[in-house]
Amino acid sequence: MSTGTIGKRGAARRPQANSLTSGQLPRFFELYALAGSLFVAAGLLAIMGFNVVGWLVASAILYLVSLGAFSSIVENRRRATDRVVRGLVIVAFLLAVIPLVSTLWEVVSRGIPALDWDFISTSSGATFDPSTLKVTVRYGALQSIVGTLIITGIAAVISIPIGILTAVYLVEYARPGNWMARTVTFLVDVMTGIPSIVAGLFAFSLFSILVGPKAFSGFSASVALSVLMIPIVVRSSEEMLKLVPQELREASYALGVSRFSTITKVVLRTAVAGLVTGVMLAIARVIGETAPIFIAASFSNNFNADPFHDPMNTLAVQIYAAFKFPGQDVAQSFQSAWGAAVLLVILVVILNLIARLVARFFAPRGLR
Amino acid sequence: MPVSKRIEVNDLNVYYGDFLAVEGVSMTIEPRTVTAFIGPSGCGKSTFLRTLNRMHEVIPGAHVRGEVLIDGNDLYGPGVDPVLVRRQVGMVFQRPNPFPTMSIADNVLAGVRLNNRRMPKSDADDLVETSLQGANLWNEVKDRLHLPGSSLSGGQQQRLCIARAIAVSPDVLLMDEPCSALDPISTLAIEDLIEELKQEYTIVIVTHNMQQATRVSDKTAFFNIAGTGKPGKLIEYDTTSTIFTNPNVQATEDYVSGKFG
Repeated sequence: MSTGTIGKRGAARRPQANSLTSGQLPRFFELYALAGSLFVAAGLLAIMGFNVVGWLVASAILYLVSLGAFSSIVENRRRATDRVVRGLVIVAFLLAVIPLVSTLWEVVSRGIPALDWDFISTSSGATFDPSTLKVTVRYGALQSIVGTLIITGIAAVISIPIGILTAVYLVEYARPGNWMARTVTFLVDVMTGIPSIVAGLFAFSLFSILVGPKAFSGFSASVALSVLMIPIVVRSSEEMLKLVPQELREASYALGVSRFSTITKVVLRTAVAGLVTGVMLAIARVIGETAPIFIAASFSNNFNADPFHDPMNTLAVQIYAAFKFPGQDVAQSFQSAWGAAVLLVILVVILNLIARLVARFFAPRGLR
Repeated sequence: MPVSKRIEVNDLNVYYGDFLAVEGVSMTIEPRTVTAFIGPSGCGKSTFLRTLNRMHEVIPGAHVRGEVLIDGNDLYGPGVDPVLVRRQVGMVFQRPNPFPTMSIADNVLAGVRLNNRRMPKSDADDLVETSLQGANLWNEVKDRLHLPGSSLSGGQQQRLCIARAIAVSPDVLLMDEPCSALDPISTLAIEDLIEELKQEYTIVIVTHNMQQATRVSDKTAFFNIAGTGKPGKLIEYDTTSTIFTNPNVQATEDYVSGKFG
């Protein structure tokens, strides 16, 4: 049978109305409606006095209403609902993105001028010039960068093994409904909700008992951060381990492989990409903590790379201190806070990139 | 070369918690034979199959009462290590399950590598080749051994799983509906393979396909269940030709002739 025959047969048939059609708005109607509502809203506001926020809000409302009205007249109710809800979803998305983009813009645009090599490579301090009797205050972030890395690093070293091993216990060893597993899950849930300042107070009072007064140290702050980090690591690792198909465990057991080897070489190996992602999210969550570090490690402008003695600074604490207790040159102090904020954002982005690379490297081969 | 072994089951009951899933099974499986388990879904064929290498213990609450002897050694005797049992009694599952993080060659070597045994490279290469040849897969994959196991087709993956199982040189090979997820061509490939493996291994296969049972097996066991919540039982166990042409029990005849199930 050739296409010619089909064509002839189609031509021979009398054209007939298709009972499956319904009314349809023009193809780019949504764009026209958007342009129209922006225009009408601008016109309305020009009478009452123009401002951008009011203009956007008014156009969004006009757009949704007109879209619903036109669609329900020309098309049908289902299509109208579909268009209005799709519009609402887009509006919600834009609302969610606005604070994100505006924060990022604010941080970067204000912070970049503060960033130079001196800011990164020196710590804050004051110099006294004896000939002019003038004190110059220098702002640097080196002590905070080092402090952030050390404190977060120690917190990660404490939390990751504890968190992942707890998740392994919950998923691989505990039988469903076991009282111990239920207790652990409950405690993890409770820990997730602990306010960070409470974690800081806990670490501070713990080290006050152990070390005595003036117990400020980077390690103490790390302990506070691990209190916050462990539940996040447990939760995310648990979900990741649950995703490993039971069939892979069975395949391994059926080869006469012990439980230990099955868990370390099959289950954890298969889940490693997800585990790394979960750990990274936990680190990103605690690296910007301020209150617990402020309480447990205090703050300091001196360079200190010893986590066990003396106060330590982190980028988040430096931001807080520079805003709350500015030096004599307030503008310069504020600028150093913005610079520290940009550094913190850059640090988180770098860690995320590393995590993505690691996750991609370990991802199951078929999925790459 | 593996030494094929005789399996003897005496009055075996399988429980899930308090629930009796399979009741009173006794049978003897001769070495170098293929035995097929047939019966309606939920009658306990797979459950019983798993008790032959203690794989049922993976399910919480599952336990057995009775005896399973492999060449006279009780699998459920005191002090028996299930890990050692499973090294002698290998298993192939319903859905092909190659390890997604490993290449084709590594999947074959998984039993060795995961057990922390060191093996010189040349021995490992030999083992990969003989196992894949044993599973009739070598010619199809010999040029891409480094590719992930999941890059193969379903039928090839299943043969890869069989190669993986025979690479640890078990004495007995259990197969739980190995062809139910495969197309007829792949099924034929697996059935041919079973025919060859029979020369060296004792094979037990669960199948829903009665033609498959007649094609591959020497003896057939028919399991049935009286109703939901009742335990599954072994109804009849005989040579395949007897079961399918001249069974002793009416229920067997009804089942194999398609009157129910």
